[in-house]
Amino acid sequence: MSEQTIIDEIKTEENLVYKKPEALKDTPFHYCPGCAHGVVHRLIAEVIDEMGIQSETIGVAPVGCSVFAYNYIDVDMTEAAHGRASAVATGIKRVLPDRLVFSYQGDGDLAAIGTGETIHTCNRGENVLIIFINNGIYGMTGGQMAPTTLENMKSTTTPFGRDVSVMGYPLKITELVAALPGTQYVTRQAVYKPGLVRKTKKAIRKSFELQKENKNGTCFIEVVANCPSNWKMTPVESNKWLEENMLPFYQLGDIKTPNGRK
Amino acid sequence: MAKAKGDIIIDVEICKGCELCVEACPENIIETAKQVNNKGYLYVVKVEDSCTGCTNCALVCPEAAITVYRKVKKKKELVTKISNVTSDITLKVGK
Ligand SMILES: Cc1ncc(C[n+]2csc(CCOP(=O)(O)OP(=O)(O)O)c2C)c(N)n1
Ligand code: SF4
Ligand code: SF4
Repeated sequence: MSEQTIIDEIKTEENLVYKKPEALKDTPFHYCPGCAHGVVHRLIAEVIDEMGIQSETIGVAPVGCSVFAYNYIDVDMTEAAHGRASAVATGIKRVLPDRLVFSYQGDGDLAAIGTGETIHTCNRGENVLIIFINNGIYGMTGGQMAPTTLENMKSTTTPFGRDVSVMGYPLKITELVAALPGTQYVTRQAVYKPGLVRKTKKAIRKSFELQKENKNGTCFIEVVANCPSNWKMTPVESNKWLEENMLPFYQLGDIKTPNGRK
Repeated sequence: MAKAKGDIIIDVEICKGCELCVEACPENIIETAKQVNNKGYLYVVKVEDSCTGCTNCALVCPEAAITVYRKVKKKKELVTKISNVTSDITLKVGK
């Protein structure tokens, strides 16, 4: 048997173990090379496929680099004004309580201009899923400091690094919402390694399952993400930087889990 | 050469050459090509046949550009069927 036939034999329908999910449109992403937004979009689509919830799911896109999330994830989606995605998700969920509603937001959107909406959505215990992409920076507008920017981290508005005596401390909003009685599941994940991608997908699936099963409150998933363009690094370097600098401060793992559930 | 257990297809037109898959592949079989695609990105290609179908590359790819195949293990065939066993017996099934 020639080498070619051995190879071709492998590419059969029964051997297929990974393909682009159906709930992800064919539109190519506008994101920079290596940006974590694409991975998280794909994971949402995979979970939607696996749970068969494409017709029941409604998403809310933010302002930020992922402003066009509705061009990629093939479910009903709407756009919210900057920071207001969780308030819009609240409205949709209250009018259509049988739908699975999620918002998708960056750290500038969720933890700066949208802090009020975020805190109150979680404190009211709205039965929605909030997906929070924390890349420590305002990506879309060119890399300004965000509340999540690390101490001494450089950005266009902190060219010498964030001085906490002037600019305040990096905000762990995820720990903050975990302390509120309205949240039922709060976790921090990352997607720069295969094993972590699997864990993030599990967290998304668990959140949709909880939203389907009960009315016990908000699910909140932070994904510690890279922004190679504004960090001024190659994608591979940015993931290394993320691991060495972001993760010691933004530690991965579940912060709050519902009783009796792994 | 080891017989390949898996294979991948990379959609080179949507690849942005971020090389995250190159990093993630435990077999080191993905490399950046010396050509650009229609968008002007240096895309990546598979250069060796030792893919195990582990899906690591596809998991980290931000563009969902990689499809992965892995040979399914064939179920062991039934050798013989024994019926009406009335007392304890020991059977060893080999090749
Ligand atoms: C009301 C309002 N204020 C400011 C802006 C400008 N603006 C657009 S995106 C953005 C920050 C986005 O950063 P982030 O949420 O971290 O998302 P990323 O781009 O990093 O994914 C800002 C301040 C705006 N569009 N609307
Ligand atoms: S600017 Fe940053 S967050 Fe925005 S698409 Fe590029 S890498 Fe991603
Ligand atoms: S991870 Fe995807 S986009 Fe990046 S180089 Fe590999 S195939 Fe291309």
